Formats: sequence, structure tokens, C-alpha cells
Amino acid sequence: MTTTTATESWFKRTSRSIHIPPVYIFLIVTFLVSGLLDQILSDGQILTNPAIMLNIIVRSVALGIVAVGQTMVIIGASIDLSVAYTISITAVMSSYIMLGDPAKVPIAIPAVFGIGVIIGLANGLIITKLKVNPFIATLGVSLIIKGIINATFSNYTGSVPKSFEYFGYGTIGSIPVSIIIMLFVFLVGWFILARTKFGAHLYGVGGNAEVARLSGVRTDRVVIGAHILCSLTAVLSGLFLVSQMRSGAPWVGPNGLYDLNSIATTVIGGTALSGGKGGVWGTLAGVLIFGILDTTFNQLGVNPYLKMVLRGAIIILAVASYTIRSKKEAA
Amino acid sequence: MANEIDDINTKPAEEKQPTMEVQHISKRFPGVIALDDVSLQFFPGETHAVVGENGAGKSTLMKIMSGAYTPDSGTMYLGGEKVSFSHPQQAQLKGVAIIYQEFNLLPERTVAHNIFLARESSHLGTLNIQKMNKDAVEVLKELGVEKMILPTALVSSLSVAEQQLVEIAKAISFKAKVLIMDEPTAALTYTEVDLLVNLISRLKQKGMSVIFISHRLREVFDIAEKITVLKDGKLIKTVVKKDVTPSDVVYLMVGRTLDHYFPPLGTPEDFGEVVLKVSNASNQILSDINFELRRGEVLGVAGLQGSGRTELAQSLFGVMPFKTGNMELHGKAIAVKNPAKAIKNRMGFVTEDRKSEGLAPRQPIRDNMLLTVRSVQFLFSLILKDGIRKSRNLVPMLGEQVDIRTDSFDREVQFLSGGNQQKVVLAKWLASDADVFFFDEPTRGIDVESKAGIHDMIRALTKRGIAVLMISSELPEIIGMSDRILVMADHRIAGELPARSSEQEIMLMAIGHASDKITELTAAVGEN
Repeated sequence: MTTTTATESWFKRTSRSIHIPPVYIFLIVTFLVSGLLDQILSDGQILTNPAIMLNIIVRSVALGIVAVGQTMVIIGASIDLSVAYTISITAVMSSYIMLGDPAKVPIAIPAVFGIGVIIGLANGLIITKLKVNPFIATLGVSLIIKGIINATFSNYTGSVPKSFEYFGYGTIGSIPVSIIIMLFVFLVGWFILARTKFGAHLYGVGGNAEVARLSGVRTDRVVIGAHILCSLTAVLSGLFLVSQMRSGAPWVGPNGLYDLNSIATTVIGGTALSGGKGGVWGTLAGVLIFGILDTTFNQLGVNPYLKMVLRGAIIILAVASYTIRSKKEAA
Repeated sequence: MANEIDDINTKPAEEKQPTMEVQHISKRFPGVIALDDVSLQFFPGETHAVVGENGAGKSTLMKIMSGAYTPDSGTMYLGGEKVSFSHPQQAQLKGVAIIYQEFNLLPERTVAHNIFLARESSHLGTLNIQKMNKDAVEVLKELGVEKMILPTALVSSLSVAEQQLVEIAKAISFKAKVLIMDEPTAALTYTEVDLLVNLISRLKQKGMSVIFISHRLREVFDIAEKITVLKDGKLIKTVVKKDVTPSDVVYLMVGRTLDHYFPPLGTPEDFGEVVLKVSNASNQILSDINFELRRGEVLGVAGLQGSGRTELAQSLFGVMPFKTGNMELHGKAIAVKNPAKAIKNRMGFVTEDRKSEGLAPRQPIRDNMLLTVRSVQFLFSLILKDGIRKSRNLVPMLGEQVDIRTDSFDREVQFLSGGNQQKVVLAKWLASDADVFFFDEPTRGIDVESKAGIHDMIRALTKRGIAVLMISSELPEIIGMSDRILVMADHRIAGELPARSSEQEIMLMAIGHASDKITELTAAVGEN
């Protein structure tokens, strides 16, 4: 047995306890490469214009908020494919209830969060009590929501009052409100995962459900709780989108690919799809990488189909590099 | 000899009150009686080893004591109070902790998080991580390892021995009175074992009852004060270590009559030329492997757990190829670098772990039987009409050969009994025309009746001129089936014994090698 753990240098121990996810290296590389390409091939706004930088982050808000929820369920070894349509139902229902009337806002917001709780509860109960694989369970719920909203709404429905647009367009000083809200959601997500009992149990359930159960964790409750939180983040994303678009449409969620993108950013951020490992800060980096790529592709005028190809290749590259790295560490 | 050793279970009860006591515990599983009326007492400050062959019932007893199984009959007492557990957590809260061979830890979490999982210090749901780390240090201090293991370290960064310490720390934090360990030394090096021995004596001084299961008699004699021998689910005897020698214990473990029918051994006219010859072969695990396998014989391979039995078959079959030495098949030198090469050379490997290595459980019988044929045939030949017809005829023919009882060959393999599953594995290799078969624990987890069927079938294979190498941890099976017996110890072949050697002869050869080494070791230490 070795005693290196105790005698290790202070620096080594501290650097390990802070544990910077490798995705941040990727984020910096992506930023620098994008900025350089932009500098050479386009007008070089990315590196020089702070407004562009802020714009990148604002464009990442909707994905960022829901990715926090997705990170939680994935840490619990589950997954949520219903977030895209949860975003859609939030967008249409809130603008349908508000109808441009500021007095209706206090009714609409609790109503859509209520819908979020019901969706999350349904996902969690189907997974834990009916023992349906999370992928299938949430895909099924997603189709049910899709059917309901497509039967009821076809395009833009209702509108949000001017005051509600503050969420999407307001600023405090020169910082957009939406960015502050997103960062707050990340902070709350971090706190729940790292500093609460619920978070500790979620890592336990995701790491090894049997170990957690034998230690006395009520595994079903933890999974259901994570799904409710995830749906609530989707609702918040939906509210942000509707405040930007001023009116809700049933296609906002699926068009933004929020289901697959939130999973992709979570995985790029270093959260294991098998559960039990990861955190929201990695996901934040993943979300920003997506934002930078999008903006760069737009700046450079890349063909939209080529954009998809490049994005796909970058996801694979990023995740493969971690696996190879962790294998090297294990060896 | 062993017959005169005092059985302390029959002596008048000791004055001290036992920490834990089991009375008349019985447990049956389909086809086997795992435990038959077992009564035992465990006293505070005492280390008690439970030994026995595979299938003797050791693990079942430990699982009952720790709440993972409920007994069919019998009662348990903890500190004089009658208890029954329906869930391991209940046992844990009452102070009975168990540490399995496979650790129950979360590798990506810290030591403190693991020790206090589901019992985190918190205020209104918010963790008090500082307090958890401090409490973890306190627990680790009780073991005297607080300098070695930091509460903030990730479990995945610890060595196996350190992870075991974390498990023990977790058990202690439940205020365990009884600590059960399943093969605690199996994954440890010699120095780590010494550390564990020290730790156990420390726990004993605190009045804890330590119970452990082990296959390694050396460690049983190092650690335990009392040794209980189980055999075929029955309690044979509990002895005090200082009254006995290892060979006494071996005698108690194995002395038994063959109560199961085995087909007659091969006759000299069955045996043909040498089919497989291995000389001076070795790899990362095995060293110095030399043996010959003849046509028409069953060559049994015996040895303790961890002696390299399974690895021998894996090396021959190319799963873990030999790095040096020579292998000759039918007189021609070959190098089996991977299983595909082995299959091409018409070898068959019936693995120990049917579910994960031998079968695709959700596929029908038909597809499982044709797996090896398909893997070696030209990709399209089976898709062509002729191939389909051929496979259609092949499956019922194979089914008949292995005497599989099923209403349809389209039934998924997962729904078959263990015995029938094993027959499917066998059919798979028959289909590939293999003429050298390696069996690893061919009848593990199979009921008695199907066992006889499998044994008949193995013998029938040899009558058809097939050479069989059969690895088994069940000595009656080795003795009942083998025309010659190889005994493995310490990753080498310790020696060869003739057919119908006794269990004692085999066991002594299997542990003898190891005990020589211990004497050498102790001598060396003495000189220094």
C-alpha cells in the first residue's frame, strides 16, 4: 500500500480537488481557432468586438438552461428526450394564457411550471415504477406532448406582454438579464449537485443504483426528483424563448434540437452517459463551444449542411479524446 | 487424526454470550439444498473462518446473516435478541456488515461521500462537507489508516487494498458488531494481507466478531482462531486453530463418498495419439506450462481458486495467448493468437460463465447453435439457398445429439434451464466440428440431474475421438470424470495424478506447492 496520497505536494492535491474539466481546454482552443479563422477569413469581429462575445452567450441561454437539467438526469443514469416538446408546450401555453396582458403573467408562469412538474413526474414515474428504459419512456412522453400541442396549436399563438420581453432583451448595466439568469441556473445546478443531500444521492444512484439502494438511498425518489428538475429547466428555457420571440409556436423546441443538443453538450462537458460522474461546469463549457461554433460558422458563411457535418465531427472528436485520455490515466 | 479433533459445537456452551448466533438455518434453491440445518455461534473479539469447497454453502450462510437472503427455516440471534432481516440495510443498521469480494463503492465519489452515502451530515438538505470529511477521518483513525487515505480522495484513485479499507471504514461507521468478509485476501498482495491481518486484530480488540470466507488455507491459519468447515450445505465441524493442521482441515473439507453417478472412465483402446502438446509455455499469468492431451481422453485440471485453472483454458484458446513456448496441434506447431484462430483450428471452449461468454441469451436456440459455424464460414454461404437448407437440417440434428428438451428451437436461450443452456453451448461447438474441447466448470450452477447428462455427453465426445480438457473446482467431478488429472498451483502445473486419485491427494498437491513457498519465505525472513 502506498502513502503517496498523504505526502503528495500541496499543489497536486489542490489542483485535483479543483479539478478543471478537460472540456475547458477544448473551449479555449475552439475560441482561439474560431477567432483566428474569423480574423483571417472574415472581419475579425469575434476577437475584437465584445458585443459579439455577449451575443454568443445570449444565443446559448436557452440551450444552457435546459442543459443544466439534462446534466442532472444524465448524472442519475437517466436521460430526458422530452425537453424539446416541454419547451414548445411552455412557449405556446404561456403566450396563449398571457395574450399580451401583463396582468395574466402571474397566472401563466405558475401554470407552465405546473405543466413542467407534471411532465417530470410522469417521466420519473414511468421510469421508476413501470421500469421503462428512460430513453423510451421520455421519447414516449415527448410524442404525447407533441400530439397534444400539434392538435391544438398550429403556429404562433397569443403573445407576451411588452414587460415580459425584459427576460429576453433586458439588460442590467451592459449585461443582458438572460445571461445573468442562465448563470444563476448553473449556480443553482452546481449547488444542488455538489452541496445537497439530494445531489449526493443522485451521484450514488447514477454511479451504482444497487450500492445506493443497499446504503439506504431511496433511489426512485431521487430519479423522479431529477426528472422534475429537468422539466423545470426546460420550462424556463421555453419562457426565455417565448419572451424573445414574443409569441409561442409548437415548433420552437424541436427546431432548436434542444433534446439532442442538451445531451451532446452534457456529454462534451465530461458527464458520463452511464451516470455517476460529471457536473454542470463542464456542461457550461459544452454549451459555449456550441455557441462559438454557431457564431463562427455564421461569420464565415459556412453552408448549413456543412455546418452540421462539422458540428458532428467536433462532438465525436471531443468525446473520443476524453475516453482515450481516461484510458491512459487508468493504465 | 482429524476424527479426534474436538468439535467445539458439541461442547457445553461457553460462558460468554455470543455476538451472533444462527440456529438450524436451512435454505434451498431449485435443485440444491444450499444449507441444511446449520447452527453456529460467533463470539466478540474472535476471528472465525468459514471454509469449504465451492458449493459448500459458505456464501449462502453469509448472505443470510447479512440480510441478502432470507432463510427457509431457522432463527438468528444478535446479542441474545432474536432478529430477522428482509433487506441488507436492516442488518447493517443492527450492526451486521458484509464486505463482498466485489466492492460496493462509487468509484467517482470521494472517500467521505462513500462512507456516509445516504447518511450525509446535512442541514435542511444542504451538506456539511467539512463535517463529513472530519467524521470520515475519525472513522479512518479507528482503523489507524487516516494517514494513508484522505477523506477527499476519489475512490477510483485508490489501490484495491485501500478501497477495501474504505469498505471496512464504511462498515465500522455503522457501529458494526459483526463484520463478514467474503474472500478478503483474494485481490491483495502479501504485504497488503499483513496489513489486513493487523487491522483485523485491531478490530478484535474492540470486541468485534470478524467472520471471513477464504479458499486460501494459509491465510485462514494466519488470521482465524476458529475454523468452521461446511460441506454440501452441512456443518461438518468447528475447530480451534491451534488444535489442527492444514491437512486436517483439508480432510474435513473433502472426505466424502461419490454420491453421484459418473460414466465409466475411458479404456486404453479409446486413447489415441497426442492431439495437443504444450511445452514451456508462459504468458503474463501462467508460467512453465507443459502437458499433452490425447485423443479420446478426459484430462482433468484441478487447483484452488486463483491457481491459474481458468487462465490455462483461456491461454490455450487464444483469449490470453501464450507469449513464449510451443503449442503443437496434431503434430504441427501452431500459434493461437485469438479465439477466431482457435475455432479455425477446430478447438471448442465451453466457458465457466455461460451467460456472459458462452451464449447470447436473448437470441433463439437456433442462432446460438449456429454462432460458431457462421463465424468461420464464408460470409454469404449461409445466406445462399443451400446454406439456409443446411442450417435448417443442422439445428435439429445438433439438438438431438445433445439431447436438448425444448418445444421449439426459436425459444430464446434466456428462458432455458442452466442444464439446457449448457447443452446449447455444447451444440454450438459440435456444429463447428471441433475435435479438441476445453471445458471450464462444465456443471457450475446446474441441477444434479442435468449434471449427469452433461457428464455422459462429455464422455460420449471422447468416444467419438475428441480430446477433452476439463477444468473444475469440484473435486468429485474431477475424480469421477478424469482419465488423468493435472493439478495447478501458483500459476503452474504442480503435477499430474492418475485416474481415481483421492481428494486428499489432489488437495495436498494443490496447497502443497504454496506451503513450500511459505516455508521458504519465512526462512528467508528469519535469516535477515
